[in-house]
Amino acid sequence: MTTLPPLIEMRGISKSFGPVKANEAVDLAVAPGEILGLLGENGAGKTTLMNILFGAYQPDAGEILVNGKPVSIRNSADALAAGIGMVHQHFHLASRLTVMENLLIGIPGKGGRLDRAGALARLDDIARNYGLHLDPDQPVSALSIGEQQRLEIIKALFRRARLLILDEPTAVLAPSEVDGLFSALRAMAAQGLGIIFISHKLNEVRALTHRCVVLRHGRVAGRVDVPAETTALEMAQLMCGHEIVPPERGPSVPGAVVLSLDAVSTGGHGGMPLRAVTLAVREGEIVGIAGVSGNGQRALADVVSGMLKPQSGTMDIAGKRVAAFTPREVQALGLGRIPEDRMTTGLVTNLPLADSMVLPRIGTEAFSARGLLKPGAIVAFAEAQIEAFDIRCPGPMVRAGALSGGNLQKALLARELAFDPKVLIAAQPTRGLDIGAARFVHEKFLALRARRCGIVVVSEDLEELLALSDRIAVMYEGRIVGVLDSADASVSRLGMLMSGAGGSA
Amino acid sequence: MLRLEARQRTPAWLNLTLPLVAIVVTLILCSGLIVLAGAGVADAYGVMFKASLGDSYAITETLVRAAPMIFTGLAVTLAFRAKFWNIGAEGQLLAGAMASCFVGAIPMPGPLAMLLMAIAGAAAGAAVALIPALLRVRLKVDDVVSSLLLNSVVFYILMALIEGPWKDPFSGYPISPPIEDSAGLPVLIEGTRLHLGVLVAVLAAPLVWLLISRTVLGFRIRVTGENPEAARYGGIDVQRVIVIAALLSGALAGLAGVGEVGGVHFQVMSDISPGYGYSGIVIAMLARLNPLGVVPVAIFLAAVMTGAEAMSRATGVPAFLSDVIQGTALLAMLVALLFTAYRIRRSA
Ligand SMILES: Nc1ncnc2c1ncn2[C@@H]1O[C@H](COP(=O)(O)OP(=O)(O)OP(=O)(O)O)[C@@H](O)[C@H]1O
Ligand SMILES: [Mg+2]
Repeated sequence: MTTLPPLIEMRGISKSFGPVKANEAVDLAVAPGEILGLLGENGAGKTTLMNILFGAYQPDAGEILVNGKPVSIRNSADALAAGIGMVHQHFHLASRLTVMENLLIGIPGKGGRLDRAGALARLDDIARNYGLHLDPDQPVSALSIGEQQRLEIIKALFRRARLLILDEPTAVLAPSEVDGLFSALRAMAAQGLGIIFISHKLNEVRALTHRCVVLRHGRVAGRVDVPAETTALEMAQLMCGHEIVPPERGPSVPGAVVLSLDAVSTGGHGGMPLRAVTLAVREGEIVGIAGVSGNGQRALADVVSGMLKPQSGTMDIAGKRVAAFTPREVQALGLGRIPEDRMTTGLVTNLPLADSMVLPRIGTEAFSARGLLKPGAIVAFAEAQIEAFDIRCPGPMVRAGALSGGNLQKALLARELAFDPKVLIAAQPTRGLDIGAARFVHEKFLALRARRCGIVVVSEDLEELLALSDRIAVMYEGRIVGVLDSADASVSRLGMLMSGAGGSA
Repeated sequence: MLRLEARQRTPAWLNLTLPLVAIVVTLILCSGLIVLAGAGVADAYGVMFKASLGDSYAITETLVRAAPMIFTGLAVTLAFRAKFWNIGAEGQLLAGAMASCFVGAIPMPGPLAMLLMAIAGAAAGAAVALIPALLRVRLKVDDVVSSLLLNSVVFYILMALIEGPWKDPFSGYPISPPIEDSAGLPVLIEGTRLHLGVLVAVLAAPLVWLLISRTVLGFRIRVTGENPEAARYGGIDVQRVIVIAALLSGALAGLAGVGEVGGVHFQVMSDISPGYGYSGIVIAMLARLNPLGVVPVAIFLAAVMTGAEAMSRATGVPAFLSDVIQGTALLAMLVALLFTAYRIRRSA
């Protein structure tokens, strides 16, 4: 493989955002048929580097070569013309259009008309070669997240990309979908395509990639030549420059019940409704919610955070009956919430970070008095949290949307933890986070548990649940089909329950 | 070939100079029309400038005309910040004018009359704005359409009133009876029409700025406008915030009508507003939804309007030019806004 000229090569790429050096003198090359892993902590500069390759940003220094020839890539059209396709962390699809229409956007047709027959044939080819199937007439709004991602990949292949960049593609996939993605990627590599794969899940990286480049603070910190023979711990050490110690989950004696749901059922609001869910969470314990995504976890999180009023059943927080089911009411009762969807329901990307950090408590006397804001207090609070949680950003007045995924999550965590919640509900709390940041989140949860908070963690990562939880409840088709003490739980037991083949627990 | 390329950052100087550039481009483009109308460009703009800003009396006249546009500009700014698309400032202005005229015609001590006129006008404007707001939050009716259509409804109610039961019995014209003399807003400078309402309008701008940037309500309006989902999860009652923003917006537009009745016309007639409500949208956009920017932009457009009338008398260029300038300025600004996000690159 190394004898062929690299498909693409980046030489000495540097890029700064104000004082932040997102990339510094980065060299990177991908050969035809090669799957390159790009690793690094949150904010290490992976997305920025790929955005440069895809033409979204111009590098401050350095050059890009395609098939050995220097090219200038000034926008995504240039990138596509050079054979570079990218699947972003956040998809760029027109949700009201169909799969086919999305494919044809920006593609010149025959004599002003869209070449549907030709497109169908190509779609067929792609399906056959890589096992990527999609119904061309489905509207995008009806596709699952996994299918939308498939469409993004097909879109790139449709435009004859020779290099495919995937920015954390597995963060949004269920474990079963990951297998399908990997076999498609392997098939592409076998046909000579180059692939750049970004992920924080080091086991996936070890299983899939041929070679890895590790970024740290924007620089290349190291390369891994045989990922399969390198341990996840070694990789993690390269990424953060020091050893990572898993947090200890000490014993905890759970106390009184702080969150209880009794026979809660909901109407459908898009997803799977809850069916007579009964759950009790005590102070000082972490209850994990396991389940294949789409089995009612979202409805559960929405009910607990006061966004969805149940049709029947009751909920109590810290001994008080929840009546109105508004976010404000449950917050006042002491509920903290880490949302699954950080960008849309967590933060306000176009406003300063500080605004997002005080959003749920803006009406409290900490941040306002008699209807007037206390700008000094707001900024000071944000600065203190940025310091305490090591949130990497230019400062509290930066647009929240400019933060990297891990730093967004730290910001949300900081905002909820600053007010000592009695109950915390966290959905996919470490999705998209690097090992170090994930450990950090886990440590914070355990510290909160020691402070007698009752914590609910909804996660698709069973290892995470097993490491964190005192008890694990499994959801299937809107019901809780079993609650295990984590000492008795194992990946295989949980997997059985998750597939609905549980029986008694 | 020229292409647009996304900017990574918008330089600060660009944000400041953009409205100016837009205005200059507008004047250049419109000079073509002046030539077509058979007048000299320098002459025409010269007359416009002299008539609108050339001496202190002209300046006061321009300010008097700017006052209602400051109010409607602020009204639109506030609503748009919450992403409540209030296109109905015109109707809200008319409602405010009618309500204040009705109150002003009741004999009572002057200061009390002025206060009650302001309250009645603001309330009437708010009531009109409440309709599209409730339609939107309760029934998801598009606020652009409903607030726009309400303008016609209010206008024809006004017409029906002054052609019918509210027709001035003394003159017999389709105008309302005048307000009491004592209810007229005091003139600030002897010998001009510069009335108290102008001062209130100019002072309202920093107040609206304070409201948006320094109060909890303003915070909620901003967050609701930028990301209603995050606002909801953050415990903000989004529907309530939209309704409140609509009420405040309508009240500001209503005050525009109060100023026209109390300080300029002293009664209601069919042409009491030459589209001040619509100008408010242009002004808010040109000011980039910054309340402090509303005042200079409104004064500029007022100068164009006053100037265009004088120019039309002196050079024969139709006064419609002021409408063209307004429209062109809006388009120029929208194009200019594009350049804050993109830049032009020459491609090989
Ligand atoms: N548009 C921008 N403006 C300002 N700073 C930015 C911008 N984009 C990225 N940054 C900063 O550059 C650094 C690198 O960010 P980048 O998104 O490339 O990280 P990443 O490695 O992809 O992280 P993650 O794993 O969390 O996705 C971060 O400190 C980030 O805050
Ligand atoms: Mg990234």
